[in-house]
Amino acid sequence: MHGLINRSFQNYVTDGYGLAVWQQVAARAGVAPPEFEAMLSYDDAVAPAVLDAMSAVLRRPRGEVMEDVGTYLVSHPNTEAVRRLLRFGGMGFEDFLHSLDDLPDRARMAVADLHLPAIELHGHAGGRYSLICDSPIAGVGHLMMGVLRVMADDYGALALLELEGCESGRETVRIQLIETDYADGRAFDLGARAS
Amino acid sequence: MHLTLDAQGIITHAGPTTQKLRPDMPLEGMSFLEAFSVKRPRGITSMAHLWQARHLKLHLEMRGTPPARLKGVLVSGAKGVGIVNLSFGISILDGVRDYALSNADFAATDLAIEMLYLVEAKSAAMEASRKLNLRLQGAKTVAEQQASTDTLTGLRNRRALDLRLEQLLAADAAFAVMHIDLDYFKAVNDTHGHAAGDHVLQVVAQAMLEETRASDTVARVGGDEFTVLLPEVNDIDVLESVGRRIIDRIEVPIPFGDAQCEISASIGTVWIQSSLKTTRETVMEKADIALYASKNKGRARQTFYSPDLRSSANSAAPPKGRNGQKG
Repeated sequence: MHGLINRSFQNYVTDGYGLAVWQQVAARAGVAPPEFEAMLSYDDAVAPAVLDAMSAVLRRPRGEVMEDVGTYLVSHPNTEAVRRLLRFGGMGFEDFLHSLDDLPDRARMAVADLHLPAIELHGHAGGRYSLICDSPIAGVGHLMMGVLRVMADDYGALALLELEGCESGRETVRIQLIETDYADGRAFDLGARAS
Repeated sequence: MHLTLDAQGIITHAGPTTQKLRPDMPLEGMSFLEAFSVKRPRGITSMAHLWQARHLKLHLEMRGTPPARLKGVLVSGAKGVGIVNLSFGISILDGVRDYALSNADFAATDLAIEMLYLVEAKSAAMEASRKLNLRLQGAKTVAEQQASTDTLTGLRNRRALDLRLEQLLAADAAFAVMHIDLDYFKAVNDTHGHAAGDHVLQVVAQAMLEETRASDTVARVGGDEFTVLLPEVNDIDVLESVGRRIIDRIEVPIPFGDAQCEISASIGTVWIQSSLKTTRETVMEKADIALYASKNKGRARQTFYSPDLRSSANSAAPPKGRNGQKG
Protein backbone atom coordinates (compact mmCIF):
# COMPACT_ATOMS: atom_id res chain seq x y z
CA MET A 1 0.00 0.00 0.00
CA HIS A 2 1.32 3.40 -0.91
CA GLY A 3 2.53 5.63 1.90
CA LEU A 4 0.23 8.42 0.68
CA ILE A 5 -2.78 6.29 1.65
CA ASN A 6 -1.41 5.26 5.04
CA ARG A 7 -0.28 8.80 5.66
CA SER A 8 -3.83 10.03 4.95
CA PHE A 9 -5.13 7.87 7.80
CA GLN A 10 -2.41 9.22 10.06
CA ASN A 11 -3.18 12.83 9.11
CA TYR A 12 -6.91 12.26 9.60
CA VAL A 13 -6.37 11.07 13.18
CA THR A 14 -3.70 13.66 13.98
CA ASP A 15 -5.63 16.63 12.55
CA GLY A 16 -8.95 15.51 14.00
CA TYR A 17 -8.07 13.96 17.34
CA GLY A 18 -4.53 15.03 18.13
CA LEU A 19 -1.11 13.45 18.20
CA ALA A 20 -1.66 11.46 21.39
CA VAL A 21 -4.63 9.62 19.90
CA TRP A 22 -2.63 8.84 16.77
CA GLN A 23 0.15 7.42 18.91
CA GLN A 24 -2.37 5.13 20.58
CA VAL A 25 -3.64 4.00 17.18
CA ALA A 26 -0.11 3.43 15.90
CA ALA A 27 0.88 1.47 18.99
CA ARG A 28 -2.21 -0.69 18.71
CA ALA A 29 -1.56 -1.34 15.01
CA GLY A 30 2.12 -2.04 15.65
CA VAL A 31 3.34 0.91 13.56
CA ALA A 32 6.78 1.79 14.88
CA PRO A 33 8.03 4.45 14.62
CA PRO A 34 4.49 5.93 14.63
CA GLU A 35 4.97 7.74 11.35
CA PHE A 36 4.17 6.99 7.70
CA GLU A 37 6.28 8.53 4.97
CA ALA A 38 4.02 9.71 2.16
CA MET A 39 6.44 8.77 -0.59
CA LEU A 40 7.42 5.27 0.56
CA SER A 41 5.54 1.99 0.25
CA TYR A 42 4.27 -0.19 3.08
CA ASP A 43 3.14 -3.77 3.38
CA ASP A 44 -0.51 -4.26 2.39
CA ALA A 45 -1.33 -5.65 5.83
CA VAL A 46 -0.48 -2.35 7.53
CA ALA A 47 -3.45 -0.26 6.32
CA PRO A 48 -6.20 -2.69 7.51
CA ALA A 49 -4.43 -2.98 10.87
CA VAL A 50 -4.37 0.81 11.19
CA LEU A 51 -8.07 1.06 10.30
CA ASP A 52 -8.98 -1.60 12.85
CA ALA A 53 -6.97 0.26 15.46
CA MET A 54 -8.68 3.53 14.50
CA SER A 55 -12.11 1.93 15.00
CA ALA A 56 -11.09 0.55 18.36
CA VAL A 57 -9.40 3.67 19.70
CA LEU A 58 -12.03 6.11 18.39
CA ARG A 59 -14.82 3.69 19.40
CA ARG A 60 -16.59 4.13 16.09
CA PRO A 61 -17.59 1.51 13.53
CA ARG A 62 -15.29 1.04 10.52
CA GLY A 63 -17.82 2.36 7.98
CA GLU A 64 -18.37 5.56 9.92
CA VAL A 65 -14.62 6.11 10.28
CA MET A 66 -14.06 5.53 6.57
CA GLU A 67 -16.79 7.98 5.59
CA ASP A 68 -15.27 10.54 7.91
CA VAL A 69 -11.84 9.97 6.34
CA GLY A 70 -13.41 10.61 2.92
CA THR A 71 -14.93 13.86 4.19
CA TYR A 72 -11.62 14.87 5.73
CA LEU A 73 -9.71 14.22 2.49
CA VAL A 74 -11.67 16.80 0.50
CA SER A 75 -12.64 19.38 3.10
CA HIS A 76 -9.79 19.87 5.58
CA PRO A 77 -7.51 22.85 4.83
CA ASN A 78 -4.48 20.53 5.14
CA THR A 79 -5.76 18.42 2.25
CA GLU A 80 -6.75 21.26 -0.08
CA ALA A 81 -4.47 19.76 -2.76
CA VAL A 82 -6.71 16.65 -2.97
CA ARG A 83 -9.84 18.71 -3.42
CA ARG A 84 -8.19 20.81 -6.11
CA LEU A 85 -6.94 17.80 -8.03
CA LEU A 86 -10.43 16.27 -7.94
CA ARG A 87 -11.98 19.53 -9.15
CA PHE A 88 -9.79 19.30 -12.26
CA GLY A 89 -11.97 16.30 -13.14
CA GLY A 90 -14.89 18.33 -14.37
CA MET A 91 -16.72 21.63 -14.49
CA GLY A 92 -19.89 20.32 -12.92
CA PHE A 93 -20.78 17.54 -10.50
CA GLU A 94 -21.92 15.19 -13.25
CA ASP A 95 -18.73 15.84 -15.16
CA PHE A 96 -16.88 15.11 -11.99
CA LEU A 97 -18.76 11.83 -11.44
CA HIS A 98 -17.75 10.66 -14.91
CA SER A 99 -14.14 11.60 -14.26
CA LEU A 100 -14.02 9.14 -11.35
CA ASP A 101 -13.55 6.29 -13.85
CA ASP A 102 -10.19 7.85 -14.67
CA LEU A 103 -9.23 8.52 -11.08
CA PRO A 104 -6.79 5.61 -10.64
CA ASP A 105 -5.09 6.49 -13.94
CA ARG A 106 -4.89 10.14 -12.99
CA ALA A 107 -3.38 9.23 -9.66
CA ARG A 108 -0.81 7.01 -11.34
CA MET A 109 0.08 9.82 -13.74
CA ALA A 110 1.05 11.96 -10.76
CA VAL A 111 2.71 9.28 -8.64
CA ALA A 112 3.68 6.28 -10.73
CA ASP A 113 3.44 3.68 -7.96
CA LEU A 114 0.22 4.94 -6.39
CA HIS A 115 -2.48 2.34 -7.09
CA LEU A 116 -5.96 3.46 -6.08
CA PRO A 117 -8.84 0.96 -6.04
CA ALA A 118 -10.64 0.79 -9.40
CA ILE A 119 -13.90 2.78 -9.58
CA GLU A 120 -16.64 2.36 -12.19
CA LEU A 121 -19.53 4.73 -12.74
CA HIS A 122 -22.76 3.44 -14.25
CA GLY A 123 -25.44 5.93 -15.31
CA HIS A 124 -29.16 5.09 -15.08
CA ALA A 125 -32.28 6.99 -16.09
CA GLY A 126 -33.50 9.94 -14.03
CA GLY A 127 -30.15 11.21 -12.74
CA ARG A 128 -29.34 7.98 -10.96
CA TYR A 129 -25.85 6.58 -10.89
CA SER A 130 -24.13 3.72 -9.21
CA LEU A 131 -20.48 3.91 -8.33
CA ILE A 132 -18.90 0.49 -8.03
CA CYS A 133 -15.74 0.56 -5.95
CA ASP A 134 -13.22 -2.23 -5.74
CA SER A 135 -12.48 -2.66 -2.07
CA PRO A 136 -9.16 -4.25 -1.26
CA ILE A 137 -9.82 -2.76 2.20
CA ALA A 138 -13.34 -2.94 3.62
CA GLY A 139 -14.96 0.47 3.66
CA VAL A 140 -13.82 2.04 0.36
CA GLY A 141 -17.50 2.59 -0.50
CA HIS A 142 -17.98 4.46 2.77
CA LEU A 143 -14.90 6.54 2.06
CA MET A 144 -16.22 7.45 -1.40
CA MET A 145 -19.56 8.44 0.17
CA GLY A 146 -17.69 10.93 2.34
CA VAL A 147 -15.80 12.26 -0.67
CA LEU A 148 -18.93 12.54 -2.84
CA ARG A 149 -20.96 14.26 -0.16
CA VAL A 150 -18.40 17.04 0.17
CA MET A 151 -17.76 17.29 -3.57
CA ALA A 152 -21.50 17.65 -4.26
CA ASP A 153 -21.51 20.60 -1.86
CA ASP A 154 -18.34 21.88 -3.44
CA TYR A 155 -20.00 21.95 -6.87
CA GLY A 156 -23.24 23.27 -5.42
CA ALA A 157 -25.17 20.14 -6.43
CA LEU A 158 -27.86 18.38 -4.43
CA ALA A 159 -27.51 14.61 -4.39
CA LEU A 160 -28.70 11.74 -2.22
CA LEU A 161 -26.18 9.03 -1.48
CA GLU A 162 -26.57 5.60 -0.04
CA LEU A 163 -24.45 2.54 0.22
CA GLU A 164 -26.12 -0.28 -1.62
CA GLY A 165 -24.34 -3.15 -0.05
CA CYS A 166 -21.00 -4.74 0.05
CA GLU A 167 -20.25 -7.90 -1.80
CA SER A 168 -16.88 -9.34 -1.09
CA GLY A 169 -14.30 -6.94 -2.45
CA ARG A 170 -16.86 -4.59 -4.05
CA GLU A 171 -18.93 -1.80 -2.59
CA THR A 172 -21.55 0.16 -4.51
CA VAL A 173 -22.66 3.71 -3.80
CA ARG A 174 -26.02 4.74 -5.21
CA ILE A 175 -26.25 8.37 -6.24
CA GLN A 176 -29.48 10.21 -6.92
CA LEU A 177 -28.70 13.56 -8.44
CA ILE A 178 -31.58 15.90 -7.63
CA GLU A 179 -30.27 19.24 -8.80
CA THR A 180 -26.94 20.23 -10.26
CA ASP A 181 -27.31 23.96 -9.56
CA TYR A 182 -28.75 23.79 -6.10
CA ALA A 183 -26.34 26.18 -4.42
CA ASP A 184 -23.35 28.33 -5.32
CA GLY A 185 -20.71 25.83 -4.30
CA ARG A 186 -17.11 26.71 -3.72
CA ALA A 187 -15.05 28.62 -6.25
CA PHE A 188 -12.37 26.79 -8.17
CA ASP A 189 -9.61 29.04 -9.45
CA LEU A 190 -7.50 27.17 -12.00
CA GLY A 191 -4.51 29.41 -11.44
CA ALA A 192 -4.49 29.22 -7.63
CA ARG A 193 -2.23 26.85 -5.80
CA ALA A 194 -2.89 24.68 -2.80
CA SER A 195 -0.15 25.39 -0.31
CA MET B 1 -8.24 30.31 -28.95
CA HIS B 2 -8.45 31.53 -32.49
CA LEU B 3 -8.85 34.50 -34.83
CA THR B 4 -9.97 34.87 -38.41
CA LEU B 5 -8.33 37.42 -40.73
CA ASP B 6 -9.39 38.87 -44.03
CA ALA B 7 -7.03 39.18 -46.97
CA GLN B 8 -5.73 42.52 -45.67
CA GLY B 9 -4.87 41.02 -42.30
CA ILE B 10 -7.76 42.67 -40.45
CA ILE B 11 -9.20 40.57 -37.62
CA THR B 12 -12.76 39.68 -38.60
CA HIS B 13 -13.51 37.43 -35.64
CA ALA B 14 -11.84 36.74 -32.30
CA GLY B 15 -12.64 33.65 -30.21
CA PRO B 16 -14.08 34.54 -26.80
CA THR B 17 -11.04 33.33 -24.85
CA THR B 18 -8.67 35.30 -27.08
CA GLN B 19 -10.76 38.43 -26.56
CA LYS B 20 -10.81 37.72 -22.80
CA LEU B 21 -7.06 38.38 -22.69
CA ARG B 22 -7.64 42.03 -23.68
CA PRO B 23 -11.10 43.06 -22.46
CA ASP B 24 -10.39 46.73 -23.19
CA MET B 25 -8.98 46.21 -26.67
CA PRO B 26 -11.66 45.04 -29.14
CA LEU B 27 -9.73 42.77 -31.48
CA GLU B 28 -12.28 42.65 -34.27
CA GLY B 29 -11.44 45.36 -36.79
CA MET B 30 -7.79 45.65 -35.69
CA SER B 31 -4.98 44.69 -37.98
CA PHE B 32 -3.41 41.40 -36.83
CA LEU B 33 0.10 42.91 -36.88
CA GLU B 34 -1.18 45.82 -34.82
CA ALA B 35 -2.52 43.50 -32.14
CA PHE B 36 0.38 41.05 -32.19
CA SER B 37 4.08 41.30 -32.80
CA VAL B 38 5.70 38.24 -34.32
CA LYS B 39 8.82 37.30 -32.33
CA ARG B 40 9.73 34.32 -34.47
CA PRO B 41 10.24 33.79 -37.35
CA ARG B 42 12.03 37.14 -37.30
CA GLY B 43 11.43 39.97 -39.72
CA ILE B 44 7.67 39.59 -40.20
CA THR B 45 6.45 43.17 -40.44
CA SER B 46 3.92 43.05 -43.25
CA MET B 47 0.98 40.88 -44.19
CA ALA B 48 2.89 39.70 -47.26
CA HIS B 49 5.59 38.28 -44.95
CA LEU B 50 2.97 36.75 -42.72
CA TRP B 51 1.22 34.96 -45.54
CA GLN B 52 4.53 33.41 -46.46
CA ALA B 53 4.84 32.10 -42.95
CA ARG B 54 1.64 30.06 -43.23
CA HIS B 55 1.82 26.65 -41.54
CA LEU B 56 4.93 27.71 -39.58
CA LYS B 57 4.91 27.86 -35.82
CA LEU B 58 4.63 31.52 -34.83
CA HIS B 59 5.85 32.96 -31.54
CA LEU B 60 3.57 35.87 -30.85
CA GLU B 61 3.34 38.57 -28.25
CA MET B 62 0.04 40.31 -27.78
CA ARG B 63 0.33 44.05 -27.35
CA GLY B 64 -0.85 45.60 -24.11
CA THR B 65 -0.47 44.33 -20.55
CA PRO B 66 0.02 41.95 -18.91
CA PRO B 67 2.34 40.48 -21.55
CA ALA B 68 0.83 37.49 -23.31
CA ARG B 69 3.21 35.16 -25.12
CA LEU B 70 1.28 32.87 -27.39
CA LYS B 71 2.04 30.23 -29.90
CA GLY B 72 0.11 30.25 -33.12
CA VAL B 73 -0.19 28.94 -36.61
CA LEU B 74 -1.78 30.65 -39.60
CA VAL B 75 -3.62 28.63 -42.19
CA SER B 76 -5.58 29.85 -45.18
CA GLY B 77 -9.27 29.18 -45.31
CA ALA B 78 -11.62 29.74 -48.20
CA LYS B 79 -11.56 32.97 -50.26
CA GLY B 80 -8.38 34.44 -48.95
CA VAL B 81 -9.49 34.19 -45.33
CA GLY B 82 -6.86 33.36 -42.75
CA ILE B 83 -7.40 31.40 -39.56
CA VAL B 84 -4.97 31.77 -36.67
CA ASN B 85 -5.00 29.02 -34.06
CA LEU B 86 -3.54 30.20 -30.76
CA SER B 87 -2.41 28.57 -27.55
CA PHE B 88 -0.46 29.48 -24.44
CA GLY B 89 2.08 26.73 -24.94
CA ILE B 90 4.45 26.51 -22.03
CA SER B 91 3.20 29.78 -20.50
CA ILE B 92 -0.18 28.16 -19.73
CA LEU B 93 0.39 28.52 -15.96
CA ASP B 94 0.93 32.26 -16.20
CA GLY B 95 -1.95 32.47 -18.64
CA VAL B 96 -4.62 30.98 -16.38
CA ARG B 97 -3.34 33.04 -13.46
CA ASP B 98 -3.04 36.37 -15.26
CA TYR B 99 -6.43 36.14 -16.98
CA ALA B 100 -8.39 34.07 -14.45
CA LEU B 101 -9.28 31.52 -17.09
CA SER B 102 -11.51 28.58 -16.22
CA ASN B 103 -12.28 25.18 -17.74
CA ALA B 104 -14.92 26.83 -19.91
CA ASP B 105 -12.31 28.98 -21.62
CA PHE B 106 -10.59 26.01 -23.19
CA ALA B 107 -11.84 23.86 -26.05
CA ALA B 108 -12.97 20.40 -25.00
CA THR B 109 -10.09 18.90 -26.95
CA ASP B 110 -7.52 21.30 -25.52
CA LEU B 111 -5.06 19.55 -23.20
CA ALA B 112 -4.59 22.72 -21.12
CA ILE B 113 -6.65 21.44 -18.19
CA GLU B 114 -4.82 18.10 -18.18
CA MET B 115 -1.56 20.01 -18.32
CA LEU B 116 -2.58 22.13 -15.33
CA TYR B 117 -3.70 19.02 -13.47
CA LEU B 118 -0.38 17.33 -14.13
CA VAL B 119 1.69 20.33 -13.10
CA GLU B 120 -0.25 20.62 -9.87
CA ALA B 121 -0.23 16.88 -9.12
CA LYS B 122 3.47 16.55 -9.92
CA SER B 123 4.32 19.62 -7.86
CA ALA B 124 2.49 18.13 -4.88
CA ALA B 125 4.31 14.83 -5.33
CA MET B 126 7.67 16.57 -5.72
CA GLU B 127 7.02 18.58 -2.58
CA ALA B 128 6.27 15.40 -0.65
CA SER B 129 9.46 13.84 -2.00
CA ARG B 130 11.46 16.92 -1.16
CA LYS B 131 10.22 16.83 2.43
CA LEU B 132 11.10 13.15 2.62
CA ASN B 133 14.61 13.93 1.36
CA LEU B 134 15.04 16.65 3.95
CA ARG B 135 13.95 14.30 6.72
CA LEU B 136 16.26 11.56 5.46
CA GLN B 137 19.13 14.02 5.30
CA GLY B 138 18.44 15.06 8.89
CA ALA B 139 18.29 11.44 9.98
CA LYS B 140 21.58 10.74 8.21
CA THR B 141 23.28 13.60 10.04
CA VAL B 142 21.97 12.34 13.37
CA ALA B 143 23.07 8.80 12.53
CA GLU B 144 26.55 10.05 11.71
CA GLN B 145 26.72 11.91 14.99
CA GLN B 146 25.59 8.83 16.82
CA ALA B 147 27.96 6.54 14.94
CA SER B 148 30.49 4.85 17.13
CA THR B 149 33.23 4.17 14.60
CA ASP B 150 36.27 6.18 13.58
CA THR B 151 36.03 6.22 9.80
CA LEU B 152 39.79 6.23 9.07
CA THR B 153 40.84 3.31 11.26
CA GLY B 154 37.61 1.43 11.90
CA LEU B 155 38.35 1.66 15.62
CA ARG B 156 35.73 2.91 18.06
CA ASN B 157 35.50 6.67 18.44
CA ARG B 158 35.53 8.86 21.51
CA ARG B 159 31.76 8.68 21.84
CA ALA B 160 31.80 4.88 21.95
CA LEU B 161 34.71 4.95 24.41
CA ASP B 162 32.88 7.31 26.75
CA LEU B 163 29.78 5.13 26.69
CA ARG B 164 31.78 1.97 27.47
CA LEU B 165 33.69 3.70 30.24
CA GLU B 166 30.47 4.91 31.85
CA GLN B 167 29.14 1.35 31.71
CA LEU B 168 32.21 -0.02 33.48
CA LEU B 169 32.04 2.71 36.13
CA ALA B 170 28.35 2.10 36.69
CA ALA B 171 29.01 -1.62 37.13
CA ASP B 172 31.73 -0.90 39.70
CA ALA B 173 34.07 -3.09 37.65
CA ALA B 174 37.82 -3.47 37.90
CA PHE B 175 39.43 -2.36 34.66
CA ALA B 176 42.37 -0.52 33.17
CA VAL B 177 42.63 2.45 30.82
CA MET B 178 45.65 2.87 28.55
CA HIS B 179 46.07 6.26 27.00
CA ILE B 180 48.42 5.90 24.03
CA ASP B 181 50.04 8.77 22.18
CA LEU B 182 52.20 8.13 19.11
CA ASP B 183 55.76 9.46 19.22
CA TYR B 184 57.38 11.06 16.15
CA PHE B 185 54.10 10.78 14.23
CA LYS B 186 54.16 14.45 13.29
CA ALA B 187 57.48 13.85 11.54
CA VAL B 188 55.85 11.17 9.34
CA ASN B 189 53.14 13.60 8.28
CA ASP B 190 55.63 16.42 7.70
CA THR B 191 58.15 14.30 5.77
CA HIS B 192 56.03 11.83 3.83
CA GLY B 193 52.67 13.59 3.66
CA HIS B 194 49.22 12.96 5.06
CA ALA B 195 48.62 9.85 2.96
CA ALA B 196 51.58 8.24 4.73
CA GLY B 197 50.24 9.48 8.07
CA ASP B 198 46.83 7.95 7.39
CA HIS B 199 48.43 4.67 6.39
CA VAL B 200 50.51 4.59 9.58
CA LEU B 201 47.41 5.22 11.68
CA GLN B 202 45.64 2.30 10.00
CA VAL B 203 48.57 -0.06 10.54
CA VAL B 204 48.91 1.02 14.17
CA ALA B 205 45.18 0.56 14.72
CA GLN B 206 45.37 -2.99 13.37
CA ALA B 207 48.36 -3.75 15.62
CA MET B 208 46.49 -2.54 18.70
CA LEU B 209 43.50 -4.70 17.86
CA GLU B 210 45.78 -7.71 17.46
CA GLU B 211 47.57 -7.12 20.77
CA THR B 212 44.36 -6.76 22.78
CA ARG B 213 41.42 -9.04 23.53
CA ALA B 214 38.10 -8.94 21.75
CA SER B 215 36.52 -7.79 25.00
CA ASP B 216 38.82 -4.76 25.14
CA THR B 217 37.73 -1.48 23.58
CA VAL B 218 40.27 0.21 21.31
CA ALA B 219 39.35 3.76 20.36
CA ARG B 220 40.97 6.54 18.39
CA VAL B 221 40.25 9.66 20.42
CA GLY B 222 42.34 12.28 18.60
CA GLY B 223 44.69 12.70 15.63
CA ASP B 224 47.36 10.29 16.92
CA GLU B 225 45.86 9.51 20.32
CA PHE B 226 44.32 6.20 21.22
CA THR B 227 42.67 4.80 24.32
CA VAL B 228 42.31 1.14 25.22
CA LEU B 229 39.79 -0.01 27.83
CA LEU B 230 40.68 -3.35 29.37
CA PRO B 231 37.96 -4.84 31.57
CA GLU B 232 38.62 -7.65 34.06
CA VAL B 233 42.32 -7.10 34.60
CA ASN B 234 43.52 -8.87 37.73
CA ASP B 235 47.24 -8.44 37.46
CA ILE B 236 49.38 -5.43 36.74
CA ASP B 237 51.92 -7.68 34.96
CA VAL B 238 49.31 -8.35 32.28
CA LEU B 239 49.03 -4.60 31.65
CA GLU B 240 52.80 -4.32 31.61
CA SER B 241 53.09 -6.94 28.89
CA VAL B 242 50.16 -5.68 26.79
CA GLY B 243 51.68 -2.19 26.84
CA ARG B 244 55.11 -3.57 25.95
CA ARG B 245 53.71 -5.57 23.03
CA ILE B 246 51.79 -2.57 21.67
CA ILE B 247 54.92 -0.38 21.79
CA ASP B 248 57.00 -3.14 20.17
CA ARG B 249 54.51 -3.56 17.36
CA ILE B 250 54.26 0.19 16.78
CA GLU B 251 58.05 0.47 16.61
CA VAL B 252 58.24 -1.93 13.67
CA PRO B 253 59.05 0.38 10.68
CA ILE B 254 56.02 0.80 8.44
CA PRO B 255 56.78 0.84 4.70
CA PHE B 256 54.93 3.44 2.65
CA GLY B 257 56.02 3.66 -0.98
CA ASP B 258 59.79 3.94 -0.84
CA ALA B 259 59.75 5.35 2.67
CA GLN B 260 60.03 3.59 6.01
CA CYS B 261 57.95 5.31 8.66
CA GLU B 262 59.44 4.88 12.10
CA ILE B 263 57.44 5.86 15.13
CA SER B 264 56.93 4.76 18.69
CA ALA B 265 54.35 5.23 21.40
CA SER B 266 54.06 6.55 24.94
CA ILE B 267 51.47 5.02 27.21
CA GLY B 268 49.88 6.19 30.41
CA THR B 269 47.94 3.48 32.20
CA VAL B 270 45.59 3.64 35.13
CA TRP B 271 44.39 0.49 36.86
CA ILE B 272 41.05 0.92 38.56
CA GLN B 273 40.42 -1.83 41.09
CA SER B 274 37.16 -0.45 42.31
CA SER B 275 35.41 2.28 40.42
CA LEU B 276 33.12 3.36 43.25
CA LYS B 277 32.98 7.14 43.49
CA THR B 278 35.26 7.54 40.50
CA THR B 279 34.17 9.59 37.54
CA ARG B 280 35.05 9.27 33.90
CA GLU B 281 36.86 12.61 34.04
CA THR B 282 39.01 11.47 36.97
CA VAL B 283 39.94 8.22 35.27
CA MET B 284 40.94 9.96 32.07
CA GLU B 285 42.87 12.59 33.99
CA LYS B 286 44.88 9.90 35.77
CA ALA B 287 45.67 8.22 32.47
CA ASP B 288 46.73 11.62 31.11
CA ILE B 289 49.07 12.25 34.03
CA ALA B 290 50.67 8.82 33.56
CA LEU B 291 51.05 9.46 29.82
CA TYR B 292 52.67 12.78 30.55
CA ALA B 293 55.16 11.04 32.81
CA SER B 294 56.05 8.61 29.99
CA LYS B 295 56.66 11.53 27.66
CA ASN B 296 58.82 13.24 30.29
CA LYS B 297 60.89 10.12 30.89
CA GLY B 298 61.91 9.98 27.25
CA ARG B 299 58.89 8.47 25.42
CA ALA B 300 58.48 4.92 24.03
CA ARG B 301 57.45 3.57 27.40
CA GLN B 302 54.47 2.83 29.62
CA THR B 303 53.91 4.49 32.99
CA PHE B 304 51.35 3.42 35.57
CA TYR B 305 49.46 6.10 37.40
CA SER B 306 50.27 6.67 41.06
CA PRO B 307 49.35 9.68 43.18
CA ASP B 308 53.00 10.80 43.46
CA LEU B 309 53.06 11.40 39.66
CA ARG B 310 50.56 14.16 40.26
CA SER B 311 53.00 16.28 42.29
CA SER B 312 55.93 15.69 39.95
CA ALA B 313 53.71 16.46 37.01
CA ASN B 314 52.67 19.68 38.70
CA SER B 315 56.25 20.65 39.41
CA ALA B 316 57.08 20.29 35.73
CA ALA B 317 54.83 21.78 33.07
CA PRO B 318 51.23 20.70 33.75
CA PRO B 319 49.51 18.69 31.05
CA LYS B 320 47.43 20.93 28.83
CA GLY B 321 44.36 18.78 28.73
CA ARG B 322 44.06 15.65 26.68
CA ASN B 323 45.76 17.03 23.61
CA GLY B 324 48.59 18.56 25.53
CA GLN B 325 51.50 16.47 24.32
CA LYS B 326 52.39 15.73 20.77
CA GLY B 327 55.10 13.33 19.67
